[in-house]
Amino acid sequence: MKKAEENIFKVFMIIAALIIIGLLLFILGTIILKGVPALSWNMITKLPGGGFYLGREGGVLNAIVGSLYVIAGAVAISIVISLPLVMYINFYLPHKSPLAGIVRFSFDILLGVPSIVYGAFGFALMIFLGMRASLAGGIITVAMLITPIMMRSFDEATKLMPRDLPDSLLSLGSTKYEMIKVIMRQLMPGFVTAALLATGRGIGDAATVLFTAGYTDNLPGSLSQPAATLPLSIFFQLGSPVAEVQNRAYASALILTFLILILSFAARYFSSKFSRNRL
Amino acid sequence: MHRLRSIKERSARWFMRIIAYCSILFLIIIGIALFVKAFPAIKNNGLWELLTSARWRPSGGKFGFLPFIISTLYVSAIAIAIALPLSLLTAIYLNSYASKGIRRFFAPVIDLLSGIPPVIYGVWGTITIVPFIANYIAPHFSGQSSGYSVMAGGIVLAVMIIPLLVGLLVEIFNSIPKEMTDASFSLGATKLQTVKRVILRRSLPGIVAVTVLSVSRAFGETMAVLMVCGNSTLMPHSLLDACYPIPALIANNYGEMLSIPGYESALMLAAFLLFVIVFLFNGISRLTLNHLEKRFHF
Amino acid sequence: MTGTNHKIRIESLNVNIDGQHILKNIDLTIPGREITCVIGPSGCGKSTFLKSLNRMHDENPDVNVSGSIFVDNQDIYDRNINVIDIRKKMGLLAQHPCPLPMSVFDNVAYGPRIHSLDSKKEISKTVEHYLRLAGLWDEVKDKLHSSAAPLSLGQQQRLCLARGLATEPEYILGDEATSSLDPISTKKIEQLFVTLKEEYTIILVTHILRQARRLADYIVFMYLGEIIEAGPADEFFNNPKQQLTKDYIAGSFS
Repeated sequence: MKKAEENIFKVFMIIAALIIIGLLLFILGTIILKGVPALSWNMITKLPGGGFYLGREGGVLNAIVGSLYVIAGAVAISIVISLPLVMYINFYLPHKSPLAGIVRFSFDILLGVPSIVYGAFGFALMIFLGMRASLAGGIITVAMLITPIMMRSFDEATKLMPRDLPDSLLSLGSTKYEMIKVIMRQLMPGFVTAALLATGRGIGDAATVLFTAGYTDNLPGSLSQPAATLPLSIFFQLGSPVAEVQNRAYASALILTFLILILSFAARYFSSKFSRNRL
Repeated sequence: MHRLRSIKERSARWFMRIIAYCSILFLIIIGIALFVKAFPAIKNNGLWELLTSARWRPSGGKFGFLPFIISTLYVSAIAIAIALPLSLLTAIYLNSYASKGIRRFFAPVIDLLSGIPPVIYGVWGTITIVPFIANYIAPHFSGQSSGYSVMAGGIVLAVMIIPLLVGLLVEIFNSIPKEMTDASFSLGATKLQTVKRVILRRSLPGIVAVTVLSVSRAFGETMAVLMVCGNSTLMPHSLLDACYPIPALIANNYGEMLSIPGYESALMLAAFLLFVIVFLFNGISRLTLNHLEKRFHF
Repeated sequence: MTGTNHKIRIESLNVNIDGQHILKNIDLTIPGREITCVIGPSGCGKSTFLKSLNRMHDENPDVNVSGSIFVDNQDIYDRNINVIDIRKKMGLLAQHPCPLPMSVFDNVAYGPRIHSLDSKKEISKTVEHYLRLAGLWDEVKDKLHSSAAPLSLGQQQRLCLARGLATEPEYILGDEATSSLDPISTKKIEQLFVTLKEEYTIILVTHILRQARRLADYIVFMYLGEIIEAGPADEFFNNPKQQLTKDYIAGSFS
């Protein structure tokens, strides 16, 4: 009787776990099956040509390059903010300092703020500053989205680090600033993981850049020009009634998924080098 | 030399301190900025009117958010109803039943699922879920549905919050001390009895907190839902009707919002509402989780 | 059986954890209705030995157990034996008191409930009986339905003992059961053990030699995963046979 109940429960759990694995395979499978036939060298090396949105010649190089520009800028800003911040709350503030608690808590909240809200806020900010939809606008807004991710993930990695090395450095008479320069080497894998996670999240997000980065068929030449992005290019192409354009949306989706997979595996590689398994 | 060291040290400290305070301020600034932008809409129409009216005619200055609020609640409820049982079962499995090998295999699965961008979920939903609903599910009921519906939005959203739920739930279950489950086993309890009477019982506050957290994630999810839910400004009456959650509304109308008076402010109000709800939900559940973490680690 | 009251018989028990040989060829007979103390320096395998008596190693896939343990002439490592019945029969008192996340009452009622005692009246009678037996009733009778967490460590350990007894075991296994308690609580628990040996067979793991002297009727001395010497307490302390035992009793190592 007890045994039967136990077994039924077990079956349910295994089915649930299989469904989740199945969903991942289903999603990846769908994207690959639909994307591969439409994928071509032109897709990743050419800009949209004349009549591209009616199904003629061209590729999505504009979106690929635009996305890389946006994410590179956003990650740079995000590093400049989160790196010193994490060092400060972990090594400068005393253990269990209320300020560190408040900073962590506000970043936890920022982590949960939806990207569309960042998009709307970024848009309001740009109107306030008199900016137009541009590469700079996209970079700033995406930086807002990914900084909490980078900061919290790097913070967790830093908290796990044993305190022996920092303590012994301090007892040798280093200033904290000098100590941090030394222990950065130990913290590197955690830092890289955090940056990769943030990159993956930022490069795939559409709602932030929708208002702020604009869209263009050309490569952005300066920070004040609009920039196309991969997620938006997928979204716009999928909305087209022309079958060829829709197929290109699938191919673009495949390109984006591929980028994300690489980032995800890289992050996993670095974090497995660093810490024990999280699951 | 000594002087230089201490100047470096002090300026680094100040730089860091400023960033720390700014980052806390940032949260407040977002709230205030959105509120300021939303204020004209509240002043012109009244907050109560905005929240309870179902009339949406931007060109006529009518901004009734009710259909969008209902859509958001509807889609999120379905997502949780699907995702929570699946995630709970999986998390219990990973915590108490699965072998080390399976656990190690599952970690990247969850990572990948949470890494897939919303727009990809949207593409997947449009290719598979939407036609499935239109061709196989709708005919059994009312008959006519394009497939772009509450149900499609709920399913896609469920898949998107599963990795979040599983990850957090496993963490909560793992924080239960082994002595406690051992105590139950040594009294002759079976695994299932231990799960039901000790693990779930102990984790209940955490499970609630995590659920609230994923509800707020569901509320804010934009792109994927936008792509599969049909975006009709009418009130949804069944699972197969099209709907229009708040984030999708904001995203879809950015183009025209500057050309119609009052439109921008109304949409900013929508963003402000999302922000406030997410702030409260996240705040409460994070505080609960932090509290649990402190109490459980000894 | 030869008519004596030998209750547990262990034959060539070997335990490997993560490939390390922790228990080596243990052969032992433990007498019934007496207190047996398992002593030895830390890391000698005492706790591992105790856990093999109620098959707690089943919960850890890295542990490999071979050999036989006969409890009342039944091999508990036999395939057809239900591990639940074994654990019900062998109550374990852990090193650190670990109340379950529920009220005092529910803690004690946990065992009876999972072993399908349903009558409410029966349950509350059982709970009161075992709380009294553990000497805790007077201290907690007014807060039966509040959480067990605020109790003192000593109270918690007696609660755990009451909880263990409520499943009606025939054996009590104690794993350094007093090591995290203050002297007064330790004394209370030790007195309980002495009372309980009238009805139960008690096996205690301890690294405190004086505790073994106070309580034990029978001693098992382990060192590096092997049994060096085992016998009645008088004989063991007054007339040890092995040099290693003499050194240990004399305090040359601990």
